[in-house]
Amino acid sequence: MGHGNNDHSSSGHSSYKGYAIGFILSVILTAIPFGIVMHPMFSAGTTIAIFLIFAIVQVIVHLHYFLHMDLSPESRDTVVSFVFTAIIIVLVIGGSMWIMENLNHNTMIMGN
Amino acid sequence: MFGKLTLDAIPYHEPILVVTFILAALGGLAVFGAITYFGKWKYLWTEWLTTVDHKKIGVMYIVVALIMLFRGFSDAVMMRTQLAIAQGSNAGFLPPHHYDQVFTAHGVIMILFMAMPMMVGLMNIVVPLQIGARDVAFPFLNAVSFWLFAVGAVLINLSWFGGEFAQEGWLAYPPLSGLAYSPGVGVDYWIWSIQIAGIGTLLTGVNFFVTIMKMRAPGMTLMRMPVFVWTILCTNILIIAAFPVLTVTIALLTLDRYLGMHFFTNELGGNQMMYVNLIWVWGHPEVYILILPAFGIFSEVVSTFSKKRLFGYTSLVWATAVITILSFVVWLHHFFTMGAGADVNAFFGIATMIISIPTGLKIFNWLFTMFRGRIEFSPSIVWTIGFLITFTIGGMTGVLLAVPGADFVLHNSLFLIAHFHNVIIGGVVFGYLAGFAYWFPKSFGFKLNEKIGKSAAYCWIIGFFVAFVPLYILGFMGMTRRLNHYDNPAWQPLLVVAFVGMLIIGLGIAFQFLQLLVSYKQRNQNLDVTGDPWNGRTLEWSTSSPPPFYNFAVIPTVKSLDDFWRSKEEGTADVRPTKYADIHMPKNTGVGVVVGAFSFVFGFALIWQIWWLAAVGLVAMVVTIIIRSYDDSTDYYVPAAEVERIENLHIQAKAKQGQNHVQ
Amino acid sequence: MLRMVHHDDHHGGHDDHAHHDAGPMKLYGFWIYILSDLMLFASIFATFAVLRNSYAGGVTGKEIFELPYVATETAALLLSSITYGFAIIGMYKGSKSQVINWLLVTFVFGAIFIGMEVNEFHHLIVEGHGPDKSAFLSAFFTLVGTHGLHVTSGLIWMATMIALVAQKGLTPANKTRLLCLSLFWHFLDIVWICVFTVVYLLGVM
Repeated sequence: MGHGNNDHSSSGHSSYKGYAIGFILSVILTAIPFGIVMHPMFSAGTTIAIFLIFAIVQVIVHLHYFLHMDLSPESRDTVVSFVFTAIIIVLVIGGSMWIMENLNHNTMIMGN
Repeated sequence: MFGKLTLDAIPYHEPILVVTFILAALGGLAVFGAITYFGKWKYLWTEWLTTVDHKKIGVMYIVVALIMLFRGFSDAVMMRTQLAIAQGSNAGFLPPHHYDQVFTAHGVIMILFMAMPMMVGLMNIVVPLQIGARDVAFPFLNAVSFWLFAVGAVLINLSWFGGEFAQEGWLAYPPLSGLAYSPGVGVDYWIWSIQIAGIGTLLTGVNFFVTIMKMRAPGMTLMRMPVFVWTILCTNILIIAAFPVLTVTIALLTLDRYLGMHFFTNELGGNQMMYVNLIWVWGHPEVYILILPAFGIFSEVVSTFSKKRLFGYTSLVWATAVITILSFVVWLHHFFTMGAGADVNAFFGIATMIISIPTGLKIFNWLFTMFRGRIEFSPSIVWTIGFLITFTIGGMTGVLLAVPGADFVLHNSLFLIAHFHNVIIGGVVFGYLAGFAYWFPKSFGFKLNEKIGKSAAYCWIIGFFVAFVPLYILGFMGMTRRLNHYDNPAWQPLLVVAFVGMLIIGLGIAFQFLQLLVSYKQRNQNLDVTGDPWNGRTLEWSTSSPPPFYNFAVIPTVKSLDDFWRSKEEGTADVRPTKYADIHMPKNTGVGVVVGAFSFVFGFALIWQIWWLAAVGLVAMVVTIIIRSYDDSTDYYVPAAEVERIENLHIQAKAKQGQNHVQ
Repeated sequence: MLRMVHHDDHHGGHDDHAHHDAGPMKLYGFWIYILSDLMLFASIFATFAVLRNSYAGGVTGKEIFELPYVATETAALLLSSITYGFAIIGMYKGSKSQVINWLLVTFVFGAIFIGMEVNEFHHLIVEGHGPDKSAFLSAFFTLVGTHGLHVTSGLIWMATMIALVAQKGLTPANKTRLLCLSLFWHFLDIVWICVFTVVYLLGVM
């Protein structure tokens, strides 16, 4: 486990095709959210759910097509560390929102 | 032109500060004078200040930490003395605004500028050796990290002598720390010294995480790493995840103070509770950052001095990992009383109790390691036994405080103060001092005087109980923290006992400084010639003391846990390599010092709002880094012949030692 | 590119593992740094989430956000991501000119993004909706501004890389740096996805 020898083809998985697919997907995943917000066609709740999901999907698209993350053994370390960080982020943001929601309500803070 | 800085900033009229400054200046002059007298400026620059060697960087961290220990302890002396006398009509010698600075300084210095660097120093010295590596992953970054930290330490101490020290408690809660209530520079000194030092810590976290993940010797799988390395790995994960939160929280306070924003102000929508929330999202992992390395040290010490394999290695590793994750779901227990309500409090209270379980498991593992071992009563074992008793009690009072209902009564009372000092002194301090004694010979080539070492440990242990058990009682009696004066006469006897306890601890600290002096004088009688003074189990003991700058002439191949012990048992520990190869090493560089110096200019200028100077400092830092990136010759090769020469010296010294001993 | 190219040069007699792995190790280290930067953004996002409705009687997001403008900024940043990718392809092909040219194009797109953002901020401030007017505005300016500062730092780094590559060519050290910058640049685009979703789209609903 000492050394990380990464003997791969010299292109390192960067290709015009990969970037093009990533780009087109990202455009779609951006245009639709902007579109449904600027020209509302669903209820507020549905619209929000759609663009939140699209955001998560687009992040994954970027991670795969631009940052070349996948489920191969070489990527393992980076994926595990990313997932760990994501968990902590959910705990910190979610936890803070839950806590502050309760605090604000109980202390009757003005204007929030 | 000079922002807020004027000559009025110098506190001519405060006698304590004037005297302290004169003493510090005299001390500084004495050191400078000695270096000049012995002609050591060039040596200091080339061997220490520009070093990228982890072993030397570690020593520098610990030197700063020891100076800061002295500093933080003098704050404790002032507080205990004040409280022993300031009852009723006696106002004592520290008026409130002064006392506030003292307790703020005590907390900031002890946690951020004493405990953290002591830990980072030990981590620096030991980890690369324990994993069979030649240095850390990014040696230059390591040097930069040290200098950023050192600048932070200098800045926070400067505040006594130019301006004022922060008075808002070590965590500077708003609105008190906001511009409206603290318009002076105290909070700004706090902000910038912590921010600058914090960057250093974050970079250290990245550095050591990569080092442990990628630079272990061949054959050293994760489950063959020493427990100390596991705890350091988890500590660095915590640093990487938690320190950015501190950076942001302090930055938001800074934006309020400098740009008139409203994150934490009383008006226009600010929410101070968010500060408390965020700062403890960092603050709780921070205390685990401090304690996990101590747990690692105890694991090493207990198995070495019991002459037994560590009991339950796998469970210790899992316990460490569990503690790491759980440390991110308990932070609200620092503010149960702020009003989040029963549901939230219950969740965090239960989580807090759960996190005590893996810690308890570790205690049993250490006890079982000692059971039926052949205990060698070194100072490190005395610290360990002191820890086992002291920390367990402190942990139990923590579980008591984890019950929200109990905490409503005890929050911010002296019971809380006693609890956290209990775990910090009993756990963190005893651990680092045990590690200091354990690895000192490796660093300097001679052992510390054991008698004085044990006296120091006994003084600390006894002194701790005499100083803090009264505080537990006072907490139950209703005395709150951060009081500089009180009326209740029933409290005074206990505070006098606490004062005596502080003196005993002071004696312990004195013994430690004495130990350094005496050991240095007697060093030739206590030389560590073999590099393995304790008959150790892990790889660092396979090198000479001190190790050659490249650590290992040949990177070892690891076959098991406690690999050095295995190689000694199999008789392969002393085998000379048949062939030496050239060794690739990084060059020393002054860039770290330069970046540090510019960060000092940047920080100081921002504190005093000298905007042009701050811009100069920032631009200079960036330019220095860019210039460094143009440098193509940042490393070199040590010729194999030179490696062989250095190795032969050690082999010959060991052989002579062997001849002098009756086998 | 998180799995780096590895050339098997053998320097006879040199115990060189550290040297060979310096590139991938630096990249891994930089990735870990990126994760800490993600935590930084997470903390600011948490703050924004908590203060998102603290208008203090002042303007709300709906009143000040212009989605077509933000869409244009997003387009600029997204384009800059693929143009950087083209620079990396050039790096793997060993073409110094392709690298420099695409870095320059990327720089332009990045500068457009920053220019538009500075313009938006300036506009808001002169209209009396600066970060000192409410907690909501403080959080908005800080979150978007921190992202902008990161992009600006990336541009300075990019300019340095253009100079370094022009002067020294595609050395191993420069290639590692280009890959690190690539991580940084793409990561900033990922953060921007979260920003436009949570701040602008959600803010306008």
